[in-house]
Amino acid sequence: MSGIAGQRPLLIWVVHLSVVALVLLWTIPTFGLLVSSFRDGDQLSVSGWWTALTSTERNQILRAPAPSEQVREGGQWVIAGNVFDGQAPGEVTRFGFSSRGPSDFAAGETAEMKDEQTLTVAPDGSYRIVSPEEMSGKRGSRIFFTAIEPPRFTLETYREVLFSEGIGRSFINTLTVTIPATIIPILIAAYAAYALAWMTFPGRSLLLAVVVGLLVVPLQMSLIPLLRLYTDIGIGKSYVGIWLAHTGFGLPLAIYLLRNYIRGLPKEIIESARVDGASDFDIFRKIVLPLSFPALASFAIFQFLWVWNDLLVATVFLGNNEDQLVMTGRLRELLGSRGGNWEILTASAFVSIAVPLLVFFSLQRYLVRGLLAGSVK
Amino acid sequence: MTSVSLQQVSKSYGTVEVLRDINLEIEQGELVVFVGPSGCGKSTLLRMIAGLETITGGELQIDGARMNETPPAQRGIAMVFQSYALYPHMTVRDNMAFGMKIARKSKSEIDAAVANAARILQLEPYLDRLPKALSGGQRQRVAIGRAIVRDPKVFLFDEPLSNLDAALRVATRIEIAQLKESMPESTMIYVTHDQVEAMTLATRIVVLHGGNIEQVGAPLDLYERPANTFVAQFIGSPAMNLLPAYVAATGDQTQVTLAGGRTATVPIASGSDDMGMAVRFGVRPEDLTVTDQDDYLVEGVVDIVEALGETTVLYFRAEGGELPLIAKLPGIRNIAKGASVRLTADLSKLHLFDGKGTSFLYR
Repeated sequence: MSGIAGQRPLLIWVVHLSVVALVLLWTIPTFGLLVSSFRDGDQLSVSGWWTALTSTERNQILRAPAPSEQVREGGQWVIAGNVFDGQAPGEVTRFGFSSRGPSDFAAGETAEMKDEQTLTVAPDGSYRIVSPEEMSGKRGSRIFFTAIEPPRFTLETYREVLFSEGIGRSFINTLTVTIPATIIPILIAAYAAYALAWMTFPGRSLLLAVVVGLLVVPLQMSLIPLLRLYTDIGIGKSYVGIWLAHTGFGLPLAIYLLRNYIRGLPKEIIESARVDGASDFDIFRKIVLPLSFPALASFAIFQFLWVWNDLLVATVFLGNNEDQLVMTGRLRELLGSRGGNWEILTASAFVSIAVPLLVFFSLQRYLVRGLLAGSVK
Repeated sequence: MTSVSLQQVSKSYGTVEVLRDINLEIEQGELVVFVGPSGCGKSTLLRMIAGLETITGGELQIDGARMNETPPAQRGIAMVFQSYALYPHMTVRDNMAFGMKIARKSKSEIDAAVANAARILQLEPYLDRLPKALSGGQRQRVAIGRAIVRDPKVFLFDEPLSNLDAALRVATRIEIAQLKESMPESTMIYVTHDQVEAMTLATRIVVLHGGNIEQVGAPLDLYERPANTFVAQFIGSPAMNLLPAYVAATGDQTQVTLAGGRTATVPIASGSDDMGMAVRFGVRPEDLTVTDQDDYLVEGVVDIVEALGETTVLYFRAEGGELPLIAKLPGIRNIAKGASVRLTADLSKLHLFDGKGTSFLYR
């Protein structure tokens, strides 16, 4: 690579390596989440995603069937079974019969328990409890064992998330919030931005200053007054309310971004259109809007992501019922009520990432440079 | 018939006055060039005629109707911008048709107008291209085509050639001249700072300076009979030499004494009041010729010689003079730096300006 004279190649390498490092830093956790979302829930809770391809060693407890299940085999009383009954097979390495020594014995050894009973657990998981006398008691004895399990991947969590946990409904709810809450502010802001950029009217600069000022007002300040207002005028907790709220919260940034972009369009184009007889509305619709696609698309991505990931505004302005609970709220509930079941969280995170990614990739073709090429100079 | 009329037109931004009392009548079919140095207000004046700047004083009439408050589109004008100002997302055809589509003309009418403009400007092969796929000269032709399609009463050109390279500029200049010839009825106003464009294209030139009109006239009129020292030095390249002098004798012919003590008799009339007045004596570099006679006009030592082949330009200091003078001699001359030269000029090509810079011809 032959740079501009005087540019140091070392610096270029530093820059490139930093970029690679930053990219890795950002993508590795996401990749980990992706891997985790396909792992078996039990394995997920004992080992990190980077061990996903290796076997997992896991300590488990099994309660053997109650003594009433015992069978007599040539003068001995036996309870037999397999520790892996009802789950994926693995390999037992060690076992024990009390919590004080859960891995005292190697697989295949015979452990002496009380009352001359013996416990044998074979590597394949089959166990035998043998007693010379008839066993009594209501509960079976516990078997502690350490098993090595091969890695297991499953779509089970995705199925659970998509179909059985009500996320599907929340997904629809979120879309119901997000799509109008993205489109409405863009429509309003584009008109406002054009007016603030190219139309002269008294108080224009003051209005612009107010808009810029609103950028720094925290939206938390207005949540409760707005909700009270909604209740008073009868909107209450409804989709209309949250659309209006997101529109309001998004407008200052939208107007500011679009105004700066539209102001940057060559003045001669606007003047030329005016000489051609175009009204302000014509200029806006036929000249400014098509040329503003990059700015509109970037703001649309911003607003979509922000509304999609929003929890606060949705919590305030929407109810907690099935019809109004959005994705973020649903995920919070899953985490809250299920505690450790975070394999559900990994899968739902990916489901909720999918749509913003789709939006980004479908809009990014509008983020093109050179839209103005050939216009001036 | 008067096409554009400016009466006492002025423009100020707040307290800053950029144009003062501009009076100008432009006849139909004329190509009038506004020329002047940067910041003289020529583009502002054009934009006021276009309706892109408000007129703060006076009256603008187009075809006899007051236009001060009329929006640009209804003034019957079309403007070609320095930077082309094409609509980048539209094809050449749509660019040219835009104005007529806005005016809701019928499709056949639009097609005919676009086809006509494309034929005049030889743009037919490019009609379906986007501006970014065109060269600079083609883009400027599209911009001109857009103006033609509107069929205006007045064409306004705002430095249309400034963005083109030298060769293309000459070619496009000739195209504009041909365009004017093919549309003898249309009035054109053309702004430039390039006096070559002004001299070659104009029927009349308006020289603007510091917000005032310095002189209006046909190109060669301005060259031969400049009204003041500004016009004298602005028109013509290199600029006219001005030498300080005193009036020594008045009458039908005026005799002046130059700083070096030489006298010259100029065939320009003067009154007896002018006797002894400090004046400036003007002679164009290209009017000076080398002489070895004793009746020379100025004598000086050559500082710099620029040999261009077609001409040789001498920069020299005259005896007793402070400013360097310039002589432009045809062909290749064998004159060395440091040589002493005597120069003379045809008396009929001399100019006299009074203390305020006004020509004796226009007093």
